[in-house]
Amino acid sequence: MKNNVNGNGNGGRATAPGNVESQKKKLTALVVDNDNFIRMLHKVLLNNLNVESQVVENGKEAVDLCLSGAVFDLILICMKMPVMDGPDATRALRTMGVRSMIVGVTAYSKRSEKQEFMDAGLDDYHEKPLTAVKLISLLRDLRWKPIKHQRENYVMLD
Amino acid sequence: MLGLDAERLRSDMNRLLAFLFHQGVLDEQFLQLQQLQDETSPNFVYEVVNIYFHESEKLLRNLRGLLSDREFLDHKKMGIHLNQFMGSSSSIGAKRVRNVCVVFRAASEQTNRAGCLRALELLEHEYWYLKNKLHEFLQIEQQRVMAAGVRYPIQD
Repeated sequence: MKNNVNGNGNGGRATAPGNVESQKKKLTALVVDNDNFIRMLHKVLLNNLNVESQVVENGKEAVDLCLSGAVFDLILICMKMPVMDGPDATRALRTMGVRSMIVGVTAYSKRSEKQEFMDAGLDDYHEKPLTAVKLISLLRDLRWKPIKHQRENYVMLD
Repeated sequence: MLGLDAERLRSDMNRLLAFLFHQGVLDEQFLQLQQLQDETSPNFVYEVVNIYFHESEKLLRNLRGLLSDREFLDHKKMGIHLNQFMGSSSSIGAKRVRNVCVVFRAASEQTNRAGCLRALELLEHEYWYLKNKLHEFLQIEQQRVMAAGVRYPIQD
């Protein structure tokens, strides 16, 4: 890359919203579910779509992980878990300032429970089974995320 | 000869799957699972089905344990277990098991102990039938892989 004298302090590269390198990084995801089969299945689904993922067993582990500084593009979170459930964990994550896309992924539930979960701060909600098709559409939404300080401009990150 | 065995075993597998789909025991979600198996994860279906068995039997034990308390029906805990069982069953394609969980959950929310006991028996029945059939499927699959692994000396 040739040096440009434009004094923007980043080695002369043009200032696009986020630089080109970070736009090519792998997406990261956190799977929050108390079932080991689901954790394995969703991890493999994500890996196949080139998303780096971690798994935890309940809402409290998710909160602790984010408190320790881990950041994820996407959090897939189950509704009913022991220790700390989905709605409580989602509320806690939003209160902490987590700006990840948080998607509830849960078994067939009553509308009131779904609504309570959405109200806790979810960006979206999907009923299990989570298929590759549903996941691809979520990831597509992520890549077309508006940059928050440039709300008018939707930038494709890939 | 052995190549023909692999083909015969593959058609046995397909026939078993068609039978299970027809009975409503499995649905197309099971096919989604199969599609995740490839050269980089050749045992994926075997591994993931066994994890499902392990988790499910834990859940069944927990549910029976909760129902054995004659004084108090902990329907909140039951809800968590049933939710987990419903989620995993729908994600492996175990349609009938998942449907019994829905009925079970309704009985639990109404604190209908008799209804819960009936649902648990039905759930155990459906689960063990499914496990039996999936074992059969995995065995045929294993034989097919072994049979397909032997090549004719002439072909290359």
